Amino acid sequence: MTKHHIRTTINGDETDVLVEPTQSLLDVLRDELHLTGTKEGCATGDCGACSVTIDGNLVCSCLVLGVEADGTEIETIEGMASGDELHPLQEKFIEHVALQCGICTPGLLIAAKHLLEENPDPTEEEVRYGLAGNLCRCTGYQKVVEAVLDAAQVMQK
Amino acid sequence: MQNLRYEAPETLADATALLSAEDGVARILAGGTDVIVQMHSDLIEPDLIVDVKNIPELTEIAKEGGAYRFGAAVSGKTLMLHEDFNKTWPGIMDGVQLLGSLQVRGRASVGGNLCNASPAADSVPPMIAAGAVASVIGPNGARDIPVEDIVTGPGRTCLEKGEIVVSFLLPERPPRSGDAYLRFTPRTEMDIAVVGAGVNLTLDGGGACTAARVALGAVAPTPLLVAEAADALIGTKVDDAAMEALAAAARAACNPIDDKRGTIEFRTKVAGVLARRAAAIALERAGAN
Ligand SMILES: Cc1cc2nc3c(=O)[nH]c(=O)nc-3n(C[C@@H](O)[C@@H](O)[C@H](O)COP(=O)(O)OP(=O)(O)OC[C@H]3O[C@@H](n4cnc5c(N)ncnc54)[C@H](O)[C@@H]3O)c2cc1C
Ligand code: FES
Ligand code: FES
Repeated sequence: MTKHHIRTTINGDETDVLVEPTQSLLDVLRDELHLTGTKEGCATGDCGACSVTIDGNLVCSCLVLGVEADGTEIETIEGMASGDELHPLQEKFIEHVALQCGICTPGLLIAAKHLLEENPDPTEEEVRYGLAGNLCRCTGYQKVVEAVLDAAQVMQK
Repeated sequence: MQNLRYEAPETLADATALLSAEDGVARILAGGTDVIVQMHSDLIEPDLIVDVKNIPELTEIAKEGGAYRFGAAVSGKTLMLHEDFNKTWPGIMDGVQLLGSLQVRGRASVGGNLCNASPAADSVPPMIAAGAVASVIGPNGARDIPVEDIVTGPGRTCLEKGEIVVSFLLPERPPRSGDAYLRFTPRTEMDIAVVGAGVNLTLDGGGACTAARVALGAVAPTPLLVAEAADALIGTKVDDAAMEALAAAARAACNPIDDKRGTIEFRTKVAGVLARRAAAIALERAGAN
């Protein structure tokens, strides 16, 4: 199969990679670039574990072809902390114990960050609707919602 | 799919030429929320993917005179961010807002929702009720097709080889018009409609209905335009008797499947209920503008 050369900016770093046209962006991130923080839960758009942003748009990377990423700016969970300093959402997830097995966490954090960028002071209901595309089998969501609401308060200061 | 080719042409002419020249299986790629799922689950094995998102005509939202035209590949999210469009066509947006999650709507288009040809597609009944017309281009030129005529069966459309839905033209909105779409699902989000109903109507100054269109989803092999249901409203003040006639006409139009998500009897009954409720919301919205 002919490989395509694509150039994208991932978490601020310019990245060149050869991709097959059948590969999803999720496969490219994990298998070619070894950015394994982005998870696969279903590969059919249902679980949100693979959430990333492309040019600021929140998407499931399992439902994007790698070739489509050419010329775009992508943000993944690996870009969330600055060095050793965690993002307030990451800190609040730990503080509130908003994770158990953790497979949904990178996707939830990316979706929550996107949510707070669009709506810095959401209501509980807005958080629940905003994260409806992210499934979690462990936490029952309550602690996730509390962590996001708490982080929103901290981030507004 | 061994030798899948990916192309992202920038003009309609290049896109139709690529699609027409392909002897194997070709698929148009808009948001990919159906196509990529189908590829991953081996339901389709395309030889050629033509990504249409670099073609300006497919990604614009514009006004022509007083009428809206929007590109077939515009994402649900982009439509949701367009304030005036939301105000003008709240019923279409009732359907668009139901397309999966935020992540899915970041990519999913109305053109893809229509051309995937599921009887349960949520943006299609309100588009039919709105009187949307698809502008289609292909190797033999351009044609305009009312949205209700595009889907011919589950997974099948009337589009010929090489044809692309470019955009949708909506009629100019007279004053005192309103539209609405409702669906029944066991869950509030991320579920497939068991029944969907879209109603669009216009009132005169005295509150009588002068024009109406009613469409149903998931109760037949294709989304349906139900003229008899619209006739039940036109000329009335959309009172109780008219509403009951609307519900009866909606029920009579149903030819649903029987499955674990809804029996024939249930779907038929719910179609009448939802048509009524959608008409009540459309009426309220018409009164407000
Ligand atoms: C998790 C999840 C939940 C969902 N929930 C819902 C829901 O609740 N309700 C609902 O209705 N849908 C739902 N969907 C499906 C919905 O996302 C799709 O139907 C979407 O609208 C298709 O648009 P797309 O741009 O992604 O199309 P694509 O997947 O790119 O294309 C879909 C089909 O249309 C063809 N096509 C696309 N554009 C054109 C064009 N311009 N001209 C001709 N043919 C074209 C393609 O070749 C393909 O066959 C869901 C999907 C997912 C993954
Ligand atoms: S892996 Fe992409 S949504 Fe589940
Ligand atoms: S913590 Fe296990 S799925 Fe969310």
